[in-house]
Amino acid sequence: MTTTTPAPLLAAEGITVRFGGLTALEDVGLSVTPGSVVGLIGPNGAGKTTLFNAVSGVIRPQRGTVSWKGRVLRRHRPHHLADLGIARTLQGLNLFPGLSALDNVMVGADRLARGGPLAMLTGLGRYHSDERRLRERAMAALEEFGAAHAARAMPGTLPFGVQKRVALARAVVAEPELLLLDEPASGLSGEDMDALAAAIRSFRSRMGVLLVEHHMDLVMAVCDHIVVLNFGEVIATGPPERIQSDPAVAEAYLGDTEEVGADG
Amino acid sequence: MVSLSDHESTSRDKQPESTAPAPTVGDRWRALPALVRFPLAALAAFAAILALTSVTGPTGDLRIGSVGYYMLAIAGLQLLIGYSGQISLGHGAFMFIGAYTMALLVLNQPALPLWLNMIITVVLSCTAGVLVGAATARLHGPYLAGATLALAVGLPALTVRYPELLGGSNGLAFSTRGAPASLAGVITNTQWQAAAVWGTTLIGLVVLATISAGRLGRRMRALRDDEAAAGLAGIPVGRTKVIAFVISAGAGGLAGACQAYLLGTATPSSFTVTLSLSLLAALVLGGLGSMWGAFFGAVALVYVEVWGEELAHALALDSNVANNLPIVFFGVLLILVILVWPRGLHGMASSLADLVRRGR
Repeated sequence: MTTTTPAPLLAAEGITVRFGGLTALEDVGLSVTPGSVVGLIGPNGAGKTTLFNAVSGVIRPQRGTVSWKGRVLRRHRPHHLADLGIARTLQGLNLFPGLSALDNVMVGADRLARGGPLAMLTGLGRYHSDERRLRERAMAALEEFGAAHAARAMPGTLPFGVQKRVALARAVVAEPELLLLDEPASGLSGEDMDALAAAIRSFRSRMGVLLVEHHMDLVMAVCDHIVVLNFGEVIATGPPERIQSDPAVAEAYLGDTEEVGADG
Repeated sequence: MVSLSDHESTSRDKQPESTAPAPTVGDRWRALPALVRFPLAALAAFAAILALTSVTGPTGDLRIGSVGYYMLAIAGLQLLIGYSGQISLGHGAFMFIGAYTMALLVLNQPALPLWLNMIITVVLSCTAGVLVGAATARLHGPYLAGATLALAVGLPALTVRYPELLGGSNGLAFSTRGAPASLAGVITNTQWQAAAVWGTTLIGLVVLATISAGRLGRRMRALRDDEAAAGLAGIPVGRTKVIAFVISAGAGGLAGACQAYLLGTATPSSFTVTLSLSLLAALVLGGLGSMWGAFFGAVALVYVEVWGEELAHALALDSNVANNLPIVFFGVLLILVILVWPRGLHGMASSLADLVRRGR
């Protein structure tokens, strides 16, 4: 967090979500400013994914608002996010298995194209220059994440760590202003985890990041600000060092942070 | 981010063919703009068809023409099923619309040139595609298949409902102008007809190939593979599905118009559910996911029947057996090919090509 808190990119205020009689979230809020990495943590079932889904328009909260650059989002759906400048990764890899790694990233770059429907249908106009631009941008994104050698391979033939990099390249290739990362470290080896941490830190110069993650090491290493959820309520917020020493957080995690790091 | 690429270099060294391979002829060809590449390929194919029809007789010309319009219909279906992942069991309905549009135009507006008839047919069948596509946009998998099947069953019944306009179960018969007078003696009428059908087919294929090689095709394949991820990438999922449906309806309609033009008739018995299912079977046989699959499927659709009939004739089989032999052949071929090469005849061809390349 910077000292002169700039206007937040994304702000969620007073979010309340109930599934039937069960209250999944109760009056929860968070905000992400440009160039900051915000971590969202909490034990299983704390409501992290529900909050993520409310923010990205998958579910509609009973109360509360989500605003983007000061404008309240009403009735937004996940497919509106890209045009707003928000990218989201899914908990699984969700790569397109029938497309090469490069094509996967080119789908993510789709909104950078300048040609209209006529160009797409006829091959006239900007069709070719768009294809070239998207391919160059996708290739650059793959290079950035060290996956350029896999450009022509089908996702199913790639090691898991490389698939994760392709998915990350697909999410950021269109230069979003905010990146929502849903458990990006799950299934990664230590080496790949370090690379992921480096990547997330490097995003800070270009975009804000909201991160849901189980791996405490990663969260503590990359986040500027952390929001801790437990039973649908915010129990603590602050920079990593304050969260680490917060007794309420330790209690929520049964007082054993080591075990938490291992359960993700 | 340098650290990211560093430890990758070891795995990269193990697979030297993937590190910046020297551009092959194929790579250079693929780097050409679609607007250059596909028309050039179509011109070469057209020249091949002209050469082929110059050595075949009228029956051969008719068969080659049939491969043409079936290929166009199957290629449209490829875009819908192979690329955008939507199942249609009713593609024959759009061929029906195209064939009757062509027949009615020739009978009622004989002064119109052939190319204008073709354009009117495409516009009409695309309009039908918009109506059906918008109505079925919310249907998935088996529900979409059921809805399109109902269309294929119901639409040809219109001919019996409006016999004055559509000629009842006998359909509409008409005669088209053959080769222009200036070409008399150079090419025969059937050669001209086959060339006209293939010219139309190849123009249609150039459009379909351009679409599927570009952004729109990539959007379709993305939503076929994972709708949620495609939506998050900003792809308009619903709209792209309807567009795929409309384009394939247009291709089906144009194929129907070519069929009516080639045969000089449009009869309801040509557009039964069997036709729709045959198109689907030919697509699977040819191979899903590549426009080449449409070519192999169309060749199989026409020539398995021809060879089956010839075999029955040669063996002097009973007519009950002879009539069903081509269907049995097609079924056995479909089962065998799919068992051995799940990606169809195109998959077989590309794995053979791989073998040859590796053996070199």
